[in-house]
Amino acid sequence: MKGPPLRDRFDSFFKTRYSLESFSKLFKKEVPLHKHTFWYYLGGTTLFLIFVQIATGILLLVYYRPTAEGAFESVKFIMTKVEFGWLIRSVHVWSANFAIFSAFVHLLSAFFLRAYRKPRELTWVTGCFLFFILLGFGFTGYLLPWNTLSFFATKVGTEITAKVPLIGGLLSKILRGGEEIGDATLARFFSVHVAVLPLLLFFILGIHLAMIQIQGMSWPPAMPEEKKNRSLRFFPNFFLRDLVVWLFIFGIALSLSVYLPAELGQKADPFQPTPAGIRPEWYFLFMFQTLKLFPSYVGPLEGEVVAIALIGLAALGLILVPFLDVWSKRERFSPFLILGILGLLYVISMTVVALMAPGR
Amino acid sequence: MKTQNSKLTSHFPQLTAYLLLLTTTYLFFFCSQASAADSCQECHRALEGARGKVVEEFSHDVHALRGLSCADCHGGDPKDPEMTAMDPQKGFRGPIVRSQIPQLCGSCHGDAAYMRRFNPNLPTDQYTKYLVSQHGKLLAQGDQKVAVCTSCHGAHGIRSKTDPLSPVFLTNAPKTCAKCHANAEYMKDYKIPTNQFTEYHRSVHGQALLERGDRAAPACHSCHGSHDAARPNMSAIGNICAQCHALSRDLFARSPHKSAHDRMGLPECEVCHGNHFIQKTSDAMLGTGNEAVCMQCHEAGSKGFQIAHAMKGSIEELKTSLSEAESVVLKAERIGMNVDEAKYDLGQAKNTLTQARAYIHSFSDQEVTSIAEKGKEMAHKAHEGGHQAIEAFQFRRKGYWISALIIFLLILGLVLKIRDLEKRDHR
Repeated sequence: MKGPPLRDRFDSFFKTRYSLESFSKLFKKEVPLHKHTFWYYLGGTTLFLIFVQIATGILLLVYYRPTAEGAFESVKFIMTKVEFGWLIRSVHVWSANFAIFSAFVHLLSAFFLRAYRKPRELTWVTGCFLFFILLGFGFTGYLLPWNTLSFFATKVGTEITAKVPLIGGLLSKILRGGEEIGDATLARFFSVHVAVLPLLLFFILGIHLAMIQIQGMSWPPAMPEEKKNRSLRFFPNFFLRDLVVWLFIFGIALSLSVYLPAELGQKADPFQPTPAGIRPEWYFLFMFQTLKLFPSYVGPLEGEVVAIALIGLAALGLILVPFLDVWSKRERFSPFLILGILGLLYVISMTVVALMAPGR
Repeated sequence: MKTQNSKLTSHFPQLTAYLLLLTTTYLFFFCSQASAADSCQECHRALEGARGKVVEEFSHDVHALRGLSCADCHGGDPKDPEMTAMDPQKGFRGPIVRSQIPQLCGSCHGDAAYMRRFNPNLPTDQYTKYLVSQHGKLLAQGDQKVAVCTSCHGAHGIRSKTDPLSPVFLTNAPKTCAKCHANAEYMKDYKIPTNQFTEYHRSVHGQALLERGDRAAPACHSCHGSHDAARPNMSAIGNICAQCHALSRDLFARSPHKSAHDRMGLPECEVCHGNHFIQKTSDAMLGTGNEAVCMQCHEAGSKGFQIAHAMKGSIEELKTSLSEAESVVLKAERIGMNVDEAKYDLGQAKNTLTQARAYIHSFSDQEVTSIAEKGKEMAHKAHEGGHQAIEAFQFRRKGYWISALIIFLLILGLVLKIRDLEKRDHR
């Protein structure tokens, strides 16, 4: 009476009903092996951190109350009364920062390895959108604890939004849900943070990952053809290495959460004047510093309007890199490499200048 | 030409009207300028010394700023540019005799209907009060050295009492009283102490008002009155202190001490706290120790002694509980734990200590002990809160190291698995 093994029966159940060939391709994917293979880990790391965010975010949702009256108190409750609430929130905060950093480095590595070149233009475009969505998560999530720092940073942030040419006023009003930051703003930021952005993220992430599955991973253009023969099986070899990196990153997030837990601050008081030294999160600092660089007026236009228009153009340029970099087919050099290095230096130096500015 | 003449003729009535208007305006302006000129000031301005200085002083005087002139006090005709302006026939009174100053000031300041024109909120009972003051009584007896209105307010440069430059502005008032009352030579005929200002300056009230500028603190007049300044009545002292220390006064009033003080003619609060040299209270004043004021009257073993001992014991127990709770809560805070609730409980316990200290004035050991017990409960709650936070901190640290070890072992296992896998791949 002894039939086929359980695993075979399980396999046959699915194989007779569904076509699993495309799915099994995932396990047959090969990862190029060369001196820059390290950078391939960053996509997976960002994905892992996004999952950490989803898991911790869902747990936080159980107790969080998105009202101006209750938000701060609910976060305080999470931090002081809920079992391991302090850990969940701290991991959520640290992991959010890591996710944005990881996505940024992933974007940089894709840029400098010119992974965006034909045929992976749309993978790059979706990647850029994913990065902007993560920044959106950061911007909307920062307000949710409703403390003094987050309240006024959002106030400044939405004031800057109001300077966007043509649609700034409307955009700021939509973000704030009125003239001032209040209950309506918090409700909007909350719904965007937990519903709109996650939906967008899943949709674009799905496309991004599908493209990688379909097209495979890109070899660096500078690598001679004869050397493009070494590769690593994605599953299990690369996946196990991925797990090591993820565990390591998770361990760091855990350490920081225990030794430097997320702060609560003071409850926001809209009637207080803006405290001195208010500045946004580190990943927005270079833009904040750029606004400061501009004079009040550039010709007939307001300096901040010009600065925001330039930042917008730079973001658009970043998305369109694969189509603008006509040199990308060349093996060795593209002027975009110089442009990228200059851009990176600018972002780093502006962030450092903003961090060193007297304030908090 | 004819046309021009006829035009002029036709405009004649208007031209005449314009000329009349111009002339009237000029005459009105000229006359009002002439009448505005004050011959008192015109002449005194040219004089040297005090008689000339009064003009400059009067320029910022509160009366001058409201349109009053020299003649309103001194009489005479300020419109007369000659010396005849000071003709007694024209009501000129000359310098005001010191003894008549209160009456002269009171002639306006006691007239409610007149004063309403300038400030309806200004009291008009100053002169009436002055008459019953120690100063007023002595003046009536012919004492020319006592304070009159100008002694405190000045004569020709009087400023509002709300003006910080005024000698009767709250922070300046004690020094103004001290001008006479701290002058031993000036006061020798009255046979009263002259160290009040020195003592007041060093007191808790004087330090608050004169050093820290706290205008809620009392000055001399807060207890003695201003226009009706007098030595407080023995039985009034409690009421005077109660202006600020209402609870202590109420508790005292229903305590056994009230009737005892009344019977013995003791000045209530002053017996324990003193008068001008009132110091910040301390718990050492309570109980049966050397510094305890209770021991001034109560002998060892007496009922009062026992109550003082019991009240002191309750306060000290509460202080010990508070101190222990505070150290635990602060320790928890220092290690980064959120102890807001424990700090709130601690604050409540501290409030209870303040309340217990106030209730000492009930001189009921039961009331003080009952409050102290509530405080100890709050302190215990705060202590527990702090203790739990420290325990949670230690749990987190232990948990972290266990988690870190698990993560390390997982990584190690994965690395070994990868090695094994790659060895097999090579083979």
